Amino acid sequence: MSSVRYNYGTALLAGFEYLLENYPEVFVLGQGLWSPWYVGNSMTDLDKKFGAHRIIDTPVSESATTGAAIGAALAGMRPIVVHPRMDFMLYAMDAVVNQAAKWSHMFGGQAGPAVTIRSIINRGGEQGAQHSQSLHAWLAHVPGLRVVMPATVADARDLLVASVLCPDPVVFIDDRWLYDLEDELPPIAERPLESEGPKCLLAGDELTIVACGYATQLALKAADLLSAQGISAEVIDLRILNPFDAQVLITSVMKTGRLLAVDGGWGPCGMAGEVIASVMERVAPAAMKKSPLRLTLPFAPAPTARSLEKIYYPSAATVEAAARELVAKA
Amino acid sequence: MNDWSLGHLADPACCLEPIDVAGHKPANLLGLLTTMLRIRTAERCLAQGRQDGLIGGPVHLGVGQEAVAAGVSTQLRKTDRVFGAHRSHAHVISVGTPLVRLFAEVLGKQGGVSRGMGGSMHLWDQPNGFYGSVPIVAGTVPLAVGAALAAKMQGNGDVGVSYLGDGAVEEGVVHESLNLARMLDAPVIFVVENNMFASHMHISLRQPKAATARFAAANDMPYDIVDGNDVLAVQAASARLIDRARAGEGPGFLEAVTYRWYGHVDWREDVDVGVNRSAADLAGWRKRDPIARLVAGLDAQGWLRADQLAEIEAAVAQEIAQAWSDACGDSDPPPGALTSHVFVGRRGPRP
Repeated sequence: MSSVRYNYGTALLAGFEYLLENYPEVFVLGQGLWSPWYVGNSMTDLDKKFGAHRIIDTPVSESATTGAAIGAALAGMRPIVVHPRMDFMLYAMDAVVNQAAKWSHMFGGQAGPAVTIRSIINRGGEQGAQHSQSLHAWLAHVPGLRVVMPATVADARDLLVASVLCPDPVVFIDDRWLYDLEDELPPIAERPLESEGPKCLLAGDELTIVACGYATQLALKAADLLSAQGISAEVIDLRILNPFDAQVLITSVMKTGRLLAVDGGWGPCGMAGEVIASVMERVAPAAMKKSPLRLTLPFAPAPTARSLEKIYYPSAATVEAAARELVAKA
Repeated sequence: MNDWSLGHLADPACCLEPIDVAGHKPANLLGLLTTMLRIRTAERCLAQGRQDGLIGGPVHLGVGQEAVAAGVSTQLRKTDRVFGAHRSHAHVISVGTPLVRLFAEVLGKQGGVSRGMGGSMHLWDQPNGFYGSVPIVAGTVPLAVGAALAAKMQGNGDVGVSYLGDGAVEEGVVHESLNLARMLDAPVIFVVENNMFASHMHISLRQPKAATARFAAANDMPYDIVDGNDVLAVQAASARLIDRARAGEGPGFLEAVTYRWYGHVDWREDVDVGVNRSAADLAGWRKRDPIARLVAGLDAQGWLRADQLAEIEAAVAQEIAQAWSDACGDSDPPPGALTSHVFVGRRGPRP
């Protein structure tokens, strides 16, 4: 079978098409699904191909829409509810945190919604505080939610398929800044989400850079810059934030003795802190050449001014600088 | 009731007459009576268990409101999708959940409907059509819409039922859910048990109008407002709304006006802690007893002799005593239950 060239957005679209073609119980609901400009190129014309009864553009009701997706899942469907911007999904937190995440445990494993909650990080462009957030760490704090963050073209497609076929509620977080990323992919092979976890994307031996989502691409670019300077960085993409399996990270840090955690969220109680804690609990202090470091957003809401926005987000250059600090002789 | 007051339905001095049973089949009437007696006796048993300290967690009792679930449930089938809230014992009992499994759950035993992981406030019995109850106010309302939407997609004529209280109507998600249900033509029935209290507070202090069905009208949805202590009125109204939902004609809204004899939680009457909840009102509502009124209606037709009633009551009491005793003897969940069902899917070995 021949491989096909996709970008991150069309890879998502291919995942949706595969699911809708092969699983009649899959349907999609959310705001903007009948509009060509709402969700990038990731859902173009799905309504025309599969019908407005399966691709449902909804009223402006994040809470009820998410709750309805959970209820439909309890009744045997496999819904995907789409939140085109994560900030607006906060209206749906009861449905996500109190309902979807708890249903299995509260009822002794007898019921659980196989619902996928797609939440899109959509920031930049001077949109500011309420159009820019990456709250993946919040969600990864909650037992019962699987939190998935694809950073590559392959994962955009394949983890979407795995998420929707998973029996648990999954929050699937993709990032508009990744949509132009390109890759060639083989045909879809279904894999259970439960068997997926953090993955080493680039082998190296002087330091370990751990990231998720868009930050993973920054880490890969930074590793390129470092490599040109003769510094060998290993890059690990978290991919699945909850349940979090740190084994790949631990093995890597035992080898490199240096850990840089990069995250597109805030520092306090965040994913970067969880990465460092999970590794340091299991790696002997003597194996560490330097204290671990985290690179996150300034602890402030996103600004609107272009000048401030430029310095707000991590970049390949800031990741490279942090890595150089870590490998510098004390 | 164009002014959206509840009029005489909210007045404990009204609606005291025997239920008019003429034209109804005695079998239906005795079935309704037995269901209401089972609910009331079971709830009183739970009240006692709570008072005695055998039940560790809160129990929200619905004594006085038995006619609502009893009437609605006669119109349901096992494949329907019923969702409840914190005060849902009556909802599960009336869809046929074995009492021993309800009691075991409230006692935190592993033979309970939720395998001892839910207690009184988190009940599940999907094989009998009860998809779940949770204590977040209005938490299950959109879930019922979604389960009903699924039924529409599955084309099986099943319906969703969302039991909620007058307090839940103050949550924003209820209004989103009414609108969404109407726009998607989801076959869901919203059943508001309007007992006029949210926790301690009377509806007059929380909403400008007492009839919550005004929100059905605002969402262009058929509705009915009935005496919730008249089981036949509840049955007839729910039959009408459920039948049209099954026929693909969209959602409906049933407001049943009633009153709870106990306070918000546990076994006390709580007339002292209620705002606008008086001993006089409670005494009045006790006279508007849905069970006594049905018995009086049956008696007026000569369809229930005193010895027959005593026989039914004795059988119910015996069933409940046995169920309670069996539930008390059930075992606790194993320690592993603490973490074993966080996810449905296996955590799985990584490749």
